[in-house]
Amino acid sequence: MAVHAQALAGGFTDPVFQSQTIFKTLMDGMARPGTISSTELQAGQPEPLGNAAGAIALTLCDHDTPVWLSNGLAKSAMPEWIGFHTGAPITREKAQSSFAFIEAGTAPSSFGLFAAGTQEYPDRSTTLILEVAALGDGEQLSLTGPGILATKTVAVAGLPDMFGRLWDDNRALFPRGVDVILTAGAQFLCLPRTTRIAG
Amino acid sequence: MSADLATYNFAYLDEQTKRMIRRAILKAIAIPGYQVPFASREMPMPYGWGTGGVQVTAAIIGPDDVLKVIDQGADDTTNAVSIRAFFQKVASVAVTTHTKDATIIQTRHRIPEQKLTEGQVLVYQVPIPEPLRFLEPRETETRKMHALEEYGLMHVKLYEDIAHNGRISKTYAYPVKVDGRYVMDPSPTPKFDNPKMHMSDALQLFGAGREKRIYAVPPHTEVVSLDFEDHPFEIQTFEQDCALCGAHGVYLDEVVLDDQGGRMFVCSDTDHCEDRRDHGHVGEMLAPNKEAAE
Ligand SMILES: [Zn+2]
Repeated sequence: MAVHAQALAGGFTDPVFQSQTIFKTLMDGMARPGTISSTELQAGQPEPLGNAAGAIALTLCDHDTPVWLSNGLAKSAMPEWIGFHTGAPITREKAQSSFAFIEAGTAPSSFGLFAAGTQEYPDRSTTLILEVAALGDGEQLSLTGPGILATKTVAVAGLPDMFGRLWDDNRALFPRGVDVILTAGAQFLCLPRTTRIAG
Repeated sequence: MSADLATYNFAYLDEQTKRMIRRAILKAIAIPGYQVPFASREMPMPYGWGTGGVQVTAAIIGPDDVLKVIDQGADDTTNAVSIRAFFQKVASVAVTTHTKDATIIQTRHRIPEQKLTEGQVLVYQVPIPEPLRFLEPRETETRKMHALEEYGLMHVKLYEDIAHNGRISKTYAYPVKVDGRYVMDPSPTPKFDNPKMHMSDALQLFGAGREKRIYAVPPHTEVVSLDFEDHPFEIQTFEQDCALCGAHGVYLDEVVLDDQGGRMFVCSDTDHCEDRRDHGHVGEMLAPNKEAAE
């Protein structure tokens, strides 16, 4: 019963304006890769999902967007929570997912199984919401690409060692590829597929 | 406009539609210049009125935004006034005619003369989003051409133009390449405005309602007008200055004054012109010594 109560808990108290606020921050973040944003909105999401990831789920997911969950999230109250609050179906197939939520410390060893879109429809791809230990602290990443004037340096703690290689592989698929939103508690930053990362 | 707008959701669109458009916008930003299909909705205005731009604005606008709407360069045309009134009614947002005060600028035909800044979003109303459509009517084929980056035909077409006219005759909707990858139609702005799209500080979003496409140019992104080494891209130049504010190097409209062939050239961007006059700039037409001189 505890799981059930958690699934019904949370959600936005003022969905129209709160989802607009989160979306606007996401749009600005996608347009300016590497910019760390923060949300004060409480999504009431179940552990181990972070607050920013919860708010993003409430803002973007619905019955048209199959959601894939990493193991820890799949075993939590998250499937029921996201189903109750957004109507999004849970899929076990990475390639079917519009969004994939991944808890801290369990980053995938490859992006290859997620949808990268087709050459004709590169938008038919998965967006990964990947929880890390911290943003603004940790390993320095140097970002270039559209949305970035010259170079943007950002620190990220808890990225898997192989992330740089995965990202290069992803970048090589362009215009296909996944987009990534890194989240850490209430903070997040966007890495659209156009961004180049140097360590 | 339909009755009972008060019973509609904030910014008119329902939340499900906004989410769908918002997801398309995020994808459009991630793939600069690529046309993302979306399920365009009926809006309480005809298609020619910029329903694509209106839907994009409705999906992004919040209560703290300040909206400016221009048609040609002017804030006071019927189309611009109607769209502005629509958002005042359905979203209760503040509106302005001053480019520098706006957070969202919805436009048809022009990019403001004043340089846009980081906090601003420029939303274009697009009638025909596909730059290759005049070469190839079939959507499946143009999509394939974009997929394979097969833009040779477009170059051939532009070069034929040079062979016939000595120059590329296209002055509006002049095709650009975004971030070195997708050829995109800035339609229907004059090519004079193309350089303003390049490395802009503002986010640029494009909505085509009838054709159901959304595309984007992120800030600080390369936007290059297609050209040839022996025929480099050139914008229109105007010999005259604005007759009202004396501005040089801006886009001018010709205004017919009488049936005796009298005419003058004035800023197409009315806010820019008014702002200059407010700051004491005077054009030939308004110069104090004009009557004395005649
Ligand atoms: Zn003027």
